[in-house]
Amino acid sequence: MAKAIQNIAATRADAPAPAPAPDAPTAAPPVKMAIRGLGKSFARKTDTLSVLENIDLSVAEGEFVCLLGPSGCGKSTLLNILAGFDRQTSGTVEIDGQPVTGPDPRRVFVFQEYGIFPWASVWDNVALGLRSKPKDELHRIVTHYIDLVGLKGFERAYPSELSGGMRQRVAVARALAVAPDVIFMDEPLGALDSLTRLQLRAELLRIWQAERPTILFVTHDVDEALQLGERVVVMTPRPGRIAEIVPVGMPHPRDFGAPEYGRFKNRLFELLGVRHAI
Amino acid sequence: MNPWPYAVTAAALVAIAAVRRARDPLPGLLLPVATATIFVCAWQVSCELLRYDLKLPDGSVRTIELFPTPGATLVGMWQPIHDGTLLRFAVASVYRVAVGFSLAALIGIPLGLWAGWNLRGAQAINPLIQALRPISPIAWIPLAVLWFGVQDSAAIFLIALSSFFPIVTGSMTAVRTIPLVYVRSARNFRLEGFELFRRVVFPACLPQIVTSLRIALGIAWLVIVAAEMIAVDSGLGYLIMDARNANNYERVVGSMVTIGLIGVGLDFLMRRLERFDEVRWGFSKS
Repeated sequence: MAKAIQNIAATRADAPAPAPAPDAPTAAPPVKMAIRGLGKSFARKTDTLSVLENIDLSVAEGEFVCLLGPSGCGKSTLLNILAGFDRQTSGTVEIDGQPVTGPDPRRVFVFQEYGIFPWASVWDNVALGLRSKPKDELHRIVTHYIDLVGLKGFERAYPSELSGGMRQRVAVARALAVAPDVIFMDEPLGALDSLTRLQLRAELLRIWQAERPTILFVTHDVDEALQLGERVVVMTPRPGRIAEIVPVGMPHPRDFGAPEYGRFKNRLFELLGVRHAI
Repeated sequence: MNPWPYAVTAAALVAIAAVRRARDPLPGLLLPVATATIFVCAWQVSCELLRYDLKLPDGSVRTIELFPTPGATLVGMWQPIHDGTLLRFAVASVYRVAVGFSLAALIGIPLGLWAGWNLRGAQAINPLIQALRPISPIAWIPLAVLWFGVQDSAAIFLIALSSFFPIVTGSMTAVRTIPLVYVRSARNFRLEGFELFRRVVFPACLPQIVTSLRIALGIAWLVIVAAEMIAVDSGLGYLIMDARNANNYERVVGSMVTIGLIGVGLDFLMRRLERFDEVRWGFSKS
């Protein structure tokens, strides 16, 4: 599967082609993001520390990809490079055929915590990316997304008055409001309790199915990756490499009890090197 | 010996004990008023204990007071209160602090924000500021008098100088410690230039700026008294020096009490600033 995706990437024309790739058997969506031979290392006093090595990945438009790995495997670093906050030391990243040179409002990053501004109300936070819009359009969009994430009635509230889950909803609404092509999510649900996490995962899927942005979602939670991702990119630690790309061919909503789900889960644990032998 | 301080202390202690047991929130003033009452009683008692009789060579006996009692202080302050001197001098002191402090904030906040945002800026001015900062504002008094003469501007200069350093350092640190996620969010949504400053940098720094203003105002109020003792001929500092020269220690202590009370008032006003929506997030832990 990873091979096939790379083939698509190789044959893709430079301009974002709406037509399916010629050698694809079915109408595959165009490639949104192409990462080739990407590496990242830091110079230390005596040697260099390699964080990421030889990352090759293609992400299709509208795809939901989870990056799964233990902490310290460089998955957040990879996401920061893709978002343009950090620079790779080798290899290339192209989005829509253009190399990434910096952050871009069309590609929004949702941080694990505190990404929203505590000095601004929910309304002002969600409106952040819409400064150039005419007033009535801005009003319509902000209202829409505050409703969408279930924060109606909290427009004037400040983040400190909200629960962790509600704050993260604000961050998601702020990201969605600019109608981004790509959303990068760096363990956005990591700080929440497990019930809120489940609930927000379901909402995220609902929103993804409605708006179809391309989502790259970093997590260290096997269940989270399996519930959300169309493909799960499993990474190895130090230096971070792609162990395997696992396509999760299960329709949403995914049944936790299905034998197939269990097999996927076992496979992911195996790839992560933690076999649960009970 | 006078029994009232003991009785009042006992009453205050009972009140504190009652507050400890109470479950409902009580008026916030009760505890501080009780401790202040005990302090005044202790003041009275120690005056009585330290008082002694001295036999003079001519055979007469004189009672020596090392410290005026609370009552004597109040009586000693009656005249400056009554003829308006106290009010006039308090206003003079507060006015000088207000002007000097505002000048310092007006220059210090923008300079600190600029230097914090701009690495070169910080490298350029930080060593200089850190070298000038430890010089006590009192050390500047001779120069202030030389430059401005014995008038308001000398005291205002000293206040501006003493509040400037905490404000500029606080604002600079505030910018340097803005969490990376806010800067990245701002860059992600392409906030630049003035808009970046208005929507992210300034609001992110505001709580720390308010804290530095509060510290600076405290220092300014400390310095004004010292400055007025030498550099001008009005104000609460001058009132102390004037009373000392007249050997009127009731008035010295009374002026000290006045300075303390106004200091509490100024700090109260600064604390009110921390309640605004724009900065409250930086103070309340939730």
